[in-house]
Amino acid sequence: MNPTLDLTPTGAPSPFKRLAVVEAKLLLREPIPLFWGIAFPMLLLGVMGAFSGGPDPELGGLRLVAVYEPILVAFVTATFALQGLPTVLAGYRERGILRRLDTTPVGVHRVLAAQLTVNLAVAMTATVGIILVGRVAFGVALPGQPAGFLVAVLLAAAAMLALGLLIAALAPNGRVAGAAGSILFFPMMFFAGLWVPQATMPSALRHFSHFTPLGAAVQSLQDSMGGHWPHSSDLATLAVYTTVFAIAATRFFRWD
Amino acid sequence: MAAITIDHLHKRYGDTVAVDDVSFAVECGEIFGVLGPNGAGKTTTVECVEGLRQPDRGTVRVLGLDPHRHRDELRQRVGVQLQDSELPDKLTVAEAMDLYRSFYRAPADTTTLLERLGLMDSRRTRYKKLSGGQKQRLSIALALIGQPEVAVLDELSTGLDPTARRESWAIVEDLRDQGITVLLVTHFMEEAERLCDRVALIDAGRVVAVGNPASLTEQLGGGQRIRFRASAPFADRLLLDLPDVDQVTRRGDLVTATGTGDVAAHVTGALAAVGVVPHQLQVDRTSLEDVFVTLTGRPHRATCSQGANTSESHP
Repeated sequence: MNPTLDLTPTGAPSPFKRLAVVEAKLLLREPIPLFWGIAFPMLLLGVMGAFSGGPDPELGGLRLVAVYEPILVAFVTATFALQGLPTVLAGYRERGILRRLDTTPVGVHRVLAAQLTVNLAVAMTATVGIILVGRVAFGVALPGQPAGFLVAVLLAAAAMLALGLLIAALAPNGRVAGAAGSILFFPMMFFAGLWVPQATMPSALRHFSHFTPLGAAVQSLQDSMGGHWPHSSDLATLAVYTTVFAIAATRFFRWD
Repeated sequence: MAAITIDHLHKRYGDTVAVDDVSFAVECGEIFGVLGPNGAGKTTTVECVEGLRQPDRGTVRVLGLDPHRHRDELRQRVGVQLQDSELPDKLTVAEAMDLYRSFYRAPADTTTLLERLGLMDSRRTRYKKLSGGQKQRLSIALALIGQPEVAVLDELSTGLDPTARRESWAIVEDLRDQGITVLLVTHFMEEAERLCDRVALIDAGRVVAVGNPASLTEQLGGGQRIRFRASAPFADRLLLDLPDVDQVTRRGDLVTATGTGDVAAHVTGALAAVGVVPHQLQVDRTSLEDVFVTLTGRPHRATCSQGANTSESHP
């Protein structure tokens, strides 16, 4: 505000960077979320890779491991966004951590931004890991339409993080937030094809799954991996979910 | 100059009036206590000072600024220690200090502050592993890391054992020596008597008295209270005729005489003259506790013990 009062020592990291680093460290100190968010999907990828045969006409001519890569990308994004983020934020509110920050010059919005950034960064790192391991270990081709893939990944992450914020806004404490995240996670992963890949779903179910956030996400990721620009209807679905969840989260979020 | 002025503050939550009419001024450099039972409106009052809540009516000025309109500026200059505010379990003391340090334009030196608060040896300890007293001291350290001109400390010593409580009092006295204005919220009368230059007694959302703890007790006509069991019967008149004694009450064979000046010396002298020995003799000074009872007509401690259903936290 007043430039003469800005005595921030030059070279010192900004409060936002500090917050992001601290939130990242705290995340890395939690073994259980890291297992479910990173180790478990990697393990699944290994299993799918090991049991993958050649191209399967029932899977649209793709190998099993290639079908599962986008599903696992959705898996890591949803794990951090729906379980990690809301548990931490609702816990921070419950324990007065947000309130304490609200009495400092940092502003609680920076705390939210740091949490979103860290969860997005971890999910993106895991995504890159899945793509690289798939390529190196199992010979799955890199995304044929990289820009489309990036758009699809970011939109999927945006929709999930916005939903995570909404859970954090509505849950009274960290435990309820974690439980709510899990309850939403499983049906959404079902439509993403975790148990039955979309290609083998009955047509009515497959049709419906495209209107769910992770169903649309996996379809767009699949298309861009195969070298096509994602369907605009799938991207629109993700954009609408993002907008609705974000507006609702903003409307209901409380700091204490 | 006043560091904080509160003028006819009024705040309600739905149908509940939390603060009805509170006015007081805190001078620069003093330790000012906001004192009263749970649910009296103390926390709401200081939350308006901290800018966490907006008053329904009345004005609040901190260092001449409006806590809402000049929120960013005041957050640099006012340090706050909140009641029931924790930190992430796995954050270490040093990490918390470095993080909060980065929020301020002219922060204090972390090492000096940790040494002063006796946390140097715990700096690598995670929050979850700290004792209650250490958590409280860390909370104070975080409130002071921005080198504030005003420190607001809410229920500083609640939940601490007697040793840790005395340590936290020493820290507050240290703040006064550095010229920091302290607004101390407490429901411990003893804490207020020990630390505060002035106090505001608050009950049911209103200020019932403001002043120096010693002068408040003097105004009450108090001073001394002497209690004993008499070895032989005597008439009340014997003591009431003494110049310093205002009142004599008996419960069974327990006699209580109150008055100003040197009550104890005169009473024991008069008893000796008629051959009465005062057994189990006890002399007290009248306390803020007595002031509170006189002004509100209710015992302060009895109100406290209802604590659970008169909590001051509001959604």
